[in-house]
Formats: sequence, structure tokens, C-alpha cells
Amino acid sequence: MANIAMNKPGATVLLMGNEAVARGAIEAGIGVAAAYPGSPSSEVLTTIASVANEMNIHAEWSVNEKVAMEIAGGASFAGIRSFCSMKQNGANVAADFLVNANMTGVGDAGLVVFISDDPGGLTSNNEEDSRTITKWLDNPLLEPSSAQEAKEMIKWAYEVSEAVNLITFVRGVTRISYTKSNVVLGELPEKKEKEAYFSDLWDMYNPKKSKFTSGPFPVFHKPLHEKLEKAREIFEQSSFNRYVGPEHPELLIITCGACTSYCTEAVDELKIGERVGILKLGTTWPLPERLLAKHLSTTKKVLFVEEMDPFVERSVMELAASLLPATCDLTFYGKRSGHLAPYNEQSTNLVINALVDILDISYQARDPSYDKAAKDAAQIVPDRPINMCSGCPHRATFWAVKKALQMDGRKGFVCGDIGCYAMGFTAPGFFQSRTMHAMGSGAGVANGFGNLKQFGFHQPVLAVTGDSTFYHAVLPALVNGVYNNSNFILLILDNSATAMTGFQPHPGTGLLATGDPAEVVEMEAICRAVGAEVEVCDPFDLENTTSTLLDMIKKDSGTRVIIMRHMCQLVKARRKIPNEYKMHVDTDRCLGNTCGCDNLCTRIFGCPGLMLDKETGKAAIDEALCVGCGLCADICPANAIVREEAA
Amino acid sequence: MNKKILKKEPFNLIIAGVGGQGNVLLSAFVGSALLNEGFIVSLADTFGVSQRGGSVQSHIKISKSTLYSSVTLEGKADVILGMEPVETLRALEEFGNPHVFVIVNPRPVYPTGGVTYPDLDEVKRVIEKLSSTTKFVNATEEALKMGNPIYTNVILLGSLVGADVLPISRETMIPILEERFPGKLLDTNIKAFDRGMQLIAKA
Repeated sequence: MANIAMNKPGATVLLMGNEAVARGAIEAGIGVAAAYPGSPSSEVLTTIASVANEMNIHAEWSVNEKVAMEIAGGASFAGIRSFCSMKQNGANVAADFLVNANMTGVGDAGLVVFISDDPGGLTSNNEEDSRTITKWLDNPLLEPSSAQEAKEMIKWAYEVSEAVNLITFVRGVTRISYTKSNVVLGELPEKKEKEAYFSDLWDMYNPKKSKFTSGPFPVFHKPLHEKLEKAREIFEQSSFNRYVGPEHPELLIITCGACTSYCTEAVDELKIGERVGILKLGTTWPLPERLLAKHLSTTKKVLFVEEMDPFVERSVMELAASLLPATCDLTFYGKRSGHLAPYNEQSTNLVINALVDILDISYQARDPSYDKAAKDAAQIVPDRPINMCSGCPHRATFWAVKKALQMDGRKGFVCGDIGCYAMGFTAPGFFQSRTMHAMGSGAGVANGFGNLKQFGFHQPVLAVTGDSTFYHAVLPALVNGVYNNSNFILLILDNSATAMTGFQPHPGTGLLATGDPAEVVEMEAICRAVGAEVEVCDPFDLENTTSTLLDMIKKDSGTRVIIMRHMCQLVKARRKIPNEYKMHVDTDRCLGNTCGCDNLCTRIFGCPGLMLDKETGKAAIDEALCVGCGLCADICPANAIVREEAA
Repeated sequence: MNKKILKKEPFNLIIAGVGGQGNVLLSAFVGSALLNEGFIVSLADTFGVSQRGGSVQSHIKISKSTLYSSVTLEGKADVILGMEPVETLRALEEFGNPHVFVIVNPRPVYPTGGVTYPDLDEVKRVIEKLSSTTKFVNATEEALKMGNPIYTNVILLGSLVGADVLPISRETMIPILEERFPGKLLDTNIKAFDRGMQLIAKA
């Protein structure tokens, strides 16, 4: 789509859920948007930032989600509608601010947070359900079932936020964020100067006058619960909660979010629309209890369909318990009964399976003989393990790390982190990373290993971080390591972008979210300023990188830093930087299957640009994939891979 | 195919390939064209590892009247556009049925890490066995002849439109290419698109 801020109310455009969320925030008249990139939420801020200057919006990539959340908080406190987005794990980072901001509430202008969860961990290394955080914050929560609804909900969330004076959350999931579908645009707000101000009222014992301090908490905690009840009343009337089905369904499905269309499709596919009703909830915390009580009284069987945790399921069962004995005849199906799983994505087929079992009906997806043939055919389909891209600088770094640690010989290892280099614990990273947790945990955990000398620990410890992660959460661990003299080496894999999530800029890139220039916050200057010894290497210079690593490992004391600097191959491609080399294999020198290297280049090094020619048993270059980085020429023991300067 | 007419409700298209082959752009072109023809589209690409050599599938559900979820039901694909042979077979395994129409680029993308690729002729045979119609289009080969493998996906787009299985035509697609490819790039991409249309006519 050309411009997310196009002023064509009523026009239908194809939007990704994340773009629809961005459009919703723009239609709501936001003045400030802040986020840290994290799939599946990243495109929301990218989209807002693309029109920020023309729409008079301050849009920024903040260094982490907590700072982003506080930026949105400050703007709201000053009377400017503000917006924040993040992936599920970002909510943990922001939570420390949020457990206080729930008590202060928002300013005169609303604050809406979009969190996209990732069932199935399609773009994450966990499946956290962020709704639980919203529930313990006692803040209102909405769940859209389509891109169109996501846009409408974001707009409405500002009305809720302002009506009840609480931050309002909208929860997406990967299939909402990344599905593209028809969206009808709404009106853009009239362009007027937004005036920011901060109230000078102050009386710390009067929540009405000192709105922006979370203490003394007894004064503020009570109103929080009153606000939540007010939100519940609003939700009872919301048209985002809808029922479709017979008046007295044999089975009532209660669902929300992306699962809504799975339920509709399953009921259609099984042709059981006369037996089964679907209550789709758009407001999932606090629950519209009167609406639910009404529907629970129409049936004897209830099936809950939702992504990940049995969040609605548990809350409704708790409600049903409070309604006893009226609800004593109800049987509940869902995750607790084992009909659906509290992990992985849901799907229409999974809902069909649950319905087939509960209603004792039969279903056949396709002709059984075809089914058998298709499944037999699958036996020849190989796995396609994920890999670092052709020409990825991380492959070079991990190759050098592996070599240096082998040469050192004391069983050194890497503490991994979140980003493309998370693959350090898999074959493409030569299995060098041995721990992986949260953003910045590589350096933090390395701090822990680095303090164990008195317990006889002598293994060298390396931590990896990307350039964006360095600013996000590694800085505190670096300062901590230097100050407490923890023995580890931090490798900053500086590839000039937040590559994993779509190349967003960060303070090391010299670009703002809008594309405008900014002064670089230099990572080597920071590292030196806190007192760490710093070296900078180009990992494609394998020899120098390996020897620098080995020298640093041998120092065996204090927190040291090596910046591995080489631009991400995909960023190079985006900037149309031409390939450096043209690669070919000298088939006279390549001994193929008879070489003692045992196909080192294709089997171990594993760059997608290399392939094994089945007929000759020798290495070959895949011209469609090779980007001419030249690194493989340095790893071939027979010197059979040749680089020539690209024309 | 007669414009604006869907053979089935919903009509399910799957584009199967490997990260880096350009699935996402291809599916967005098809989605935009369908929307411009007045259809309701629900389109999802498997994301995340898609740039890193993993399998990628784009699912597009097309309807006259209803917004569906983006994920195809098991055994319900109507058309599979396979950008890579093994990935075509992977899509057939889960979503194939005796009526499915398949277009395949027979150029393998080899898995890394020492994984063995099956015999290509056998893969092609099994694809034919599991499809009602199979059309082989040497898109990568043609793209390399044009000087850059990057044209593979636009060649396949031409083949998909030329196969006349979707309610979209060259006339719908050209303005979308014009919007996406500025200046000199446009001519080459239209050339690639037309090459794809010629290839499918002969396939």
C-alpha cells in the first residue's frame, strides 16, 4: 500500500494486521508512538513512522520496551494520545513501569498498548501469553479477530482508556498481525495543533490532584478496582462481543481473537450451524459477566477455543462457579478437558477434531486413498533446517569462535542471546551457544559464570549480543561485569541493523525511525567509557578475528569486548551494494567425497550458497544463492574454492 | 478464466517455497490483484525464519463475500504454486487432494547442513501423481538467462496468471507491478511476467 495515511475514508485496501493497527492509531489521532521491534509486532511502528512527519506524530524506536512504554506514558500525562507496541516478551520488560502506571492511570489523553503474542513460537523462543500480565495489572484488554476489527478496536480502545482512565491493551497474535486482508479505511482526524501540558495540581493524598505518582498505594489501589468495574460495564454493551447461532445451542463455543474464524469455518465445514452457537468475545478482561451468564443459561455444553493459556476458559469457569446452582448442569470442554492444547497455534482442523469428539460426528478431510498416497510421498520430503543467510557475518563469527575455543582447549563456550545469532546453539552456529534466555541474558549469564573462579571454574566464557540488543538490555550487564570484575568476553555482533525483525534502526545506526539522521551513540565509546578493553574485528578476516579472540581468551581476567563489525548481507542487498567476489570451485583441486575434509564446506560450514554436486561428489556454487562474500575460500582445506573480484 | 468468477467458495491458493525466493512479494501481488477485482482476501505468509532458508508457505483464501482465516484446511488446496519441487510436495502432503492444480518450478533449492535431497525425477513423478494437473515452469533457469535469479518470482507470477485458474488477468496485474517497480526495473519485470505467461502456455 502506498501510504497508510491516505485520506480516503471508505476505500478498501489490503492491509497486514499490523498495518491495520497502525492505521487505527493514526485514525485515533495519536501524537506519540514508541516501540522496540519484536516480531510479530514490528511492522506497527514501522508503518506509523513512515507517515509520522506528515501526520505530526513523534514516532520512535526506543532502546527497549520499558522506555517505549514510559515515553507513551509521559505523552499521555501531558494530554497527548499515545501508543506503544511490542511482542509478548516486551510486556515483561515494560511490566515494572506498568505495575505502577496501572495505579496512576493515564492523563487526559488515552494510552493504548498493542501486544502481539506468538502462539507456536513462529518468531519467538517462547509462547508467553501476555493476557495474564494485563489481568494482574487490572487493566482493560481487547482481542481483535481480524485486521479490520484490529483497526476499529485500537480506535475504540482510546475511548475506553479515556473513559475509565486506564491504559488499555489490545492483544494480537501472529495470525492477526501477519494476515493480510481487506480493510475499509475510516476517517483521519482533522489536522489541528495538539497542545501538550502538564497539570500543576498537587496533593499526594488526593488521587484526583496527584494523578501521576503511584504512592501512597492504599489511596490509589481502591480506585483502580473501581475503574476496572467501570470498564466491565462498558464491555457489557460492546458490539465487539457477538453471538451467532441458535437460541438454545446444543454446544456453545466461547472464543476470541484469531480463533473466531477457525470456529466459524469448523462449524461450516461440519455443517452443524443448527446445533452449535459461537459467542465471540472482543473484550476479554474484565469479562462481560452478565452477557456470559445469559449465554451460559442457554446450553448444557461449553467449548472454549482460544490461543495458548486457558485464559477465558478459567475466568468463565470461575464465573460459572459463582453462578451455582444455576450452572450445575454445564459440562466444559477445552484445554482442561484435553480437547485442545495450551500450547502451539490453534487451527480450524484442531477445532474440527474437538467438535467431532464432543458431538460424536465423523469427518474426513480428503479421500482416504489419496491421503495414504500423500503421506507416503511425505517420507521422501527432507527437513529443511533453518540457516543463516548466504554470506551472513554471524557464520563467520561463530566459525572463528569455534576455532579459537578449540585452539584454547579449555572447553570454552558461548552464552547466547536473542536475534539471528540465536542460531548459535544450532548447526549453522556450529553449536557454540550453550545458554539462551531473554534479551541481554547472554551477557548477564556470562557475568554469573565469570564469577566462579573461587569454585574452580576455568572454562573461558563468551557472550554474544547483536547491536540492537546491546542498547536494549546488555548495557547494565556490561557495566556490572566491568565493575564487579567478572571474567568474560562480550562479542557484539554489529551488523548495522535489527536484522531479525526487519532492519529497524537503533542508536548505533545514525538513523531515526522516520529515516531522519541522528548522531550515532558509538558502542565502542560506551564500552571503553565503562572501562572495558575493546577490540574491533571484521569477522570476514577470519585469521585476524581468530587470533584476536584467542588473545582475548588468554587474558583470562575482567570483562572484555570484541565488536564483530560487518554489515548484514540483507542490508547490503537492500542498499544495492554489489557483491564483492565471484566464486567458483576448482574441480581439479576439490577432491569431493575422497577428500579427508568429509564435505566440510557443505556439511559443516553450511552456507546456502554452497552445494554438493551429486554426480561428481564435489562442491559447487549455487549461483542463485551465493552473494560472493568469499568466506568459503578461506575454510576449504584443499584451496579448491576460488574467489575472483566481481566484475 | 472468466473474470470475477470463483470456482469454489472459498478458493484456496498456496504458494510454497524456500526463504529468500520471494514468496512474500509474490503473494502480496496476487492478494492486491484479487482485492482490486473485488474479492475478499485472507493471506498469510509463514514468517520469522522465512529469510533464513526454511520452508515458506503463503496461503491465500479467496471469497466473494466472507472474510475467512488465512490458513488452508487440511486437504483443501485448489491451486498450489510451487517455487521449489520438494516444497511443492510438502504442501501436497498436507493440503493436496485429487483435484488440485499444480504449477512447479523444478529447480531445487538444496537444504544445508548435510541433509540429502531426494531424486528430482522421483519428486516430479510423485507431484504429478498427487495432482490433477501439473505444469512445470523452469522459472529459475529463465531468470538466470535474464541475468538475475531475482526474476524467478515474477516469472512464476506470469505463469500463475497465464494458467487461467484464478480470476485475475494480465490487465489487473500490470498496474500492481507499475506501483511496485519504479523506472527501469518495471520493463524487466514486465518482461519476466510475460515470459512466465509464455512458459505456462507451452507447459
